[in-house]
Parts: sequence; structure tokens; C-alpha cells
Amino acid sequence: MKLVRDEVVLSVERVSKSIGRKPIIHDITFDVRAGEIFGFLGPNGSGKTTTIRMLVDLIKPSGGRITVCGEDVNRAPERALMHVGCIVENPEMYGYMTGWENLAHFARMQRDITDARIAEVVEIVGMDARIHDKVKTYSLGMRQRLGIAQALLGAPKLLILDEPTNGLDPKGIKELRTFIRELADSGMSVFVSSHLLSEIQLMCDRVAIISKGRVIAVGKVEELVSQAETYTLWQVDDPDRAIALFAQDAGVRIVGESEHRIDEALIASLPGAIVTAMDPSGASGWVERFVAAGIGVQAVHRAAPSLEELFLKLTEGEKVG
Amino acid sequence: MANQLALIQNETLKVWKKKRFAVVVLILLVLVPVFVYAQMKIAQNNQDKFVDWRAELRQRIIDNTNALSSDRVPEEWKKWRVALVQQLQYDLDHDVNPNTPNAVTFTNSFLRNAVGMFIPLMVLAIASDLVSSERSTGTIKMLLTRPVRRWRILLSKLITLTLYVSLIIVATAAVSYLVSGLVFGYEGWREPVFVGFRLAGSDIDTADVHAITQGAFMLMLMGLVWFSAMVVAILAFMVSVLVRSTAASLVTMMAAVISGAILSNMASSWKSAKYLFNVNLDLTVYLQGSPPPIDGMTLGFSLAVLGVWAIAALVVSFAVFTKQDILN
Repeated sequence: MKLVRDEVVLSVERVSKSIGRKPIIHDITFDVRAGEIFGFLGPNGSGKTTTIRMLVDLIKPSGGRITVCGEDVNRAPERALMHVGCIVENPEMYGYMTGWENLAHFARMQRDITDARIAEVVEIVGMDARIHDKVKTYSLGMRQRLGIAQALLGAPKLLILDEPTNGLDPKGIKELRTFIRELADSGMSVFVSSHLLSEIQLMCDRVAIISKGRVIAVGKVEELVSQAETYTLWQVDDPDRAIALFAQDAGVRIVGESEHRIDEALIASLPGAIVTAMDPSGASGWVERFVAAGIGVQAVHRAAPSLEELFLKLTEGEKVG
Repeated sequence: MANQLALIQNETLKVWKKKRFAVVVLILLVLVPVFVYAQMKIAQNNQDKFVDWRAELRQRIIDNTNALSSDRVPEEWKKWRVALVQQLQYDLDHDVNPNTPNAVTFTNSFLRNAVGMFIPLMVLAIASDLVSSERSTGTIKMLLTRPVRRWRILLSKLITLTLYVSLIIVATAAVSYLVSGLVFGYEGWREPVFVGFRLAGSDIDTADVHAITQGAFMLMLMGLVWFSAMVVAILAFMVSVLVRSTAASLVTMMAAVISGAILSNMASSWKSAKYLFNVNLDLTVYLQGSPPPIDGMTLGFSLAVLGVWAIAALVVSFAVFTKQDILN
């Protein structure tokens, strides 16, 4: 059954949560539509996990409403959660049972899931070889697959994955990304949380950014990212003269080491690079000028802003507005 | 919206696969032979002391029959003596030495001794981590995010617990009967045993004393042991809902059960202690007229106290489990 695009699968309306007297989540609102991969981006401790737990009825909101396919998650969990598959934090299963027994266990908690369907999801996640081994013998990657198999059992309309790339190697992350895209193409909505902007950029269509319990922005990933400044890194054989040339142009700002928060791995791969903020389209013009001035250009690199910078930019805008 | 039977099947399977029941049976298989050996030693000792037990029985029957015709013996005591003579005569007629145990009497006395401590501990092995293990391993996040209402999940766990408690009691009786029978013989089901003693103040009221068979007595014992074990199980179930760590929940309940045994021995002047659940666990004391731990306790009283504790524990368990936020 294909869903109509733009149909809202998950709707979070003005949800808040206090634990004791302490407010943890403040009035958050966003929608997830059919067939999209929705990123939920925020640093650790920003309220991501609390929000995800509210989406699946593990935590009751203090205010607001969460609906899945029109059913209230907190009032009618047995109807709303029928459409949801999820992994909250780590995919914990019963270690003393086999993978198959675990799947059969969760299948019995839903209606009309046959052994054939269990075999089907086992094949989808590629676990055929080890499915009859005890789960305690599984590696983290295999537990992750089993968790996804469990989440897919009921052919959900919404798949919720909490930091799914945690503990996976780069190859596993790449496979997971492709897999999630395939699921979305088949009409399933996927809700993915992460604290890494790059991951969300590579995977998601739309994103909600959460900070200190508030959703500070919701929108298309590229649109949000473009709001923050990008950096252009220059590695040249005569940095002093290059800096002098840059200084003559008002359109170029040289960014000191303490001002930017570029990924350290990138800085390490371009030792001694000059970090500038400039209109990226002007970069080729600068290469010509350097060559004309006899300065050898070894590398030019455009760096995306970090999540922190995006936050600064977004919260700054909030203050002004 | 899964059906309740499937949920019960899940929970029963999990306890089974965790090999909890296997551990209980294993403990029984190790301990019961030890008790059987001890009982055998006692029987041998008695045999050495009373060489001609038939002559001794006959003498006791004559003594008691004589006492019946005496006017100085009060009427209610006569009833008890009639009952005693009946039992002794039965033993003589059926060539049963009352000092040698058989598998049935051994099982009955084992059940009576096990109700206070042994059975509760076996029950705790299963009840203490029924809910807390789901929380400590994190599987509760999978369990509660399935489209099933929380009270139905807890109910399936409660029914599973009831099944296993019943199974533990049947297994205890069965292992004890089968193992002791190897030594003492499997006879004894139809032997009479006297019940109906009532304590009235400091006197024993024997008005309702009558004989039943050892087999029927075993059923009565198992019923009472089951009730007391279920109360322990339900309290442990509540602690398991409230406490995340299995070790903490096990220790809490063990402390409660053991302190009940200690209190029973010292609380006879602290009257209000009789409302504590743990001094009421030994329901079998009422069957044969042994004095209860605290004055004024009767079978009905103990059943009522235990019942109230169990219902309160169930209310707390369901209220907390259905409302609580799963934060980790």
C-alpha cells in the first residue's frame, strides 16, 4: 500500500514535558510526512531521547499531543503504535533466546504476523545465517540488524531510529544509509535522530533541530545549512603573501583559529591552511590571482559549518527576530 | 491488540528459557535427598528405642479406652481421645508403624516445614526479576513500544507468575514424594490424620476434630502453601515493578520473609505485629492445633491479612506500571 506523499504520518503538537518541577521539553511542534526521512538533530542532552520516548509512549508528555496516522499515542497506544516500528537507544533483545525466538516473541504482540513475514524481515536485514543463534553471541552490528528486523515486522508506516549509526563501522553506516533510503522510497517514513550534522545531511530530506529542549528550526536540510557560513580553506606555498592579498579584499574575512569550529580531522589533513569566510563562487577567481602573483595553490577546500555553528547562527537569528 | 494468551505464552517462554524453573527443580533434587536421609536416621533411632511397636500401640489403645470410661476426663477431651484411639487402631489393623514415615507423611511434613522459608525463596527466584529484569536489560523499551496496553502486559506476567508458583508447589510435593518413596515406600495415602483442632484461649477446642486421609491432608496443605506462596510472589512482583535492580528486589523480599520468621519467635507480646504479612505466612500451623505466633491469630485472620496485603500490592503494581515514565 503506497501512501500519498505529503500525508502527515507523525504529528507532534505543542508537546512539553517536565520531570519533577524541571521543564525538560518546551512546547515542541513538527510533522513527519509519508515517505520522507526526517532528521532529528541535537547535541547530547538536548532532549532528543526524551522526545523520542514520548513518541512511542515510554514517557507521557506533560502537555500537547502526539498522533501517528491520526491516533493519539498516549490515549490509544494500542492503535497508534501499530503503525510504528522503533529502536530506542540500543536494540536490546533477550540474550538467552535466539534471534528467531526474539522476533517470534515480538510478532506475537501484534496481529497477523506469520512465520513467513518473520522469514521475510530476516532476509531483508540479511541475517539468515545466524538467526537461530542465541542473541548474546551477536555483535553490536548484528543486534542492530535484529532490532531493525523487529521494527519492520508489522510493516510500519513510521520507523523511528535513535542514533542508528552508533557503534557501526563506516561500511555499516553506508549500508544503513542506503537501506533507510530504500525504505523511504517504498513509502515508509523514517525518523532518525543524530548529534552529527554530516550524518543528517547525508541521510535526511527534512530536519528538526533541537537545543535545550526547544525545536529551534524545522525545514529542508540544505536550506537550514545554507543559513550558516561555510568556510573556504586555502593551502598555499606562501601563506604570508596570500594573507596579505586576502586582506585587501573586503569580501574576504580571515578566520582565526579560535573563531571557527571546523572538524579537527579536516584541519589535520590541511596543515597550515588559511581559513577564510568568502563567497564560495569567488574561489576560482582567487586561484587565478594567486597563480598570477606566483603563489602556488596546493589545495582549496570548502568546509561545511559544524552543528555548533549552525546552532549559533539559528539561535542568533532567534534573538534578533 | 494481540490476544492475551499470546502474551502469556511470551512470558511463560521467557521464564522457561531463562531456566529459572530448572534451577528450582535442581535445588529440590539436591535438597530433598538430604532431608530424606535425615528422616531415615530419625526413624532408625526410633526403631532401636521401641523394639516391639505393636505391643506399644496396643498398650496406648488400652490406656486411652480406659480413660474414656472415666468420669474425671472432661467431655471435649474424650472426643480427642476417641479420635486418637481410632488412629492407633487403624495403624494396628493396617500394620503401620506410626514411627516409620512413608512417602506421604514425609511429603506432608516437608510441605509444613517448607512453607515459611524454602517455598518463598523458590518463588522469589522467579518473581523477583519478572519485571525488573526487563528494565535492567533495557528490553522493556521494546516490550512497551508494541501496540499492547501496559496493563495487559503486566497481567500476562502476573498470570505467568501464578502458573509457575503452582508448578513449584506441585514440583516440591512430587519430588519429595518420589524421592522419599525410594526409601520409605510409596504407601500411606489412606492413613488417617486428625484435623479440626482449634485454640480457644489457652485450651485446645477439640469439638470439630475428625480424621481425614493423609492424601486429603496433602491437598489441604498444598492449598494453604499455594496461598501463602502466591502472597509472597505478588509482593515480590510489586517490588520488582518498583525497583529496577533484580538484586535489590530479591534482597528486599528475602529480608521481609526472614524477618517474619524471626518476629514469629519473639513478637508474642507485640500484638499489632499480627497485621504484618510475614508473620502470617505459615498457614499450616492452624491445621493441627499448634499455637500461632501471636495470640488471637486464626486461619481466617491470617488468610484475610495476607489477602489484603496481596490486593494492595496488586493495586500498587498496576498503578505504577501503567503510569510510570521509562526514563532508562
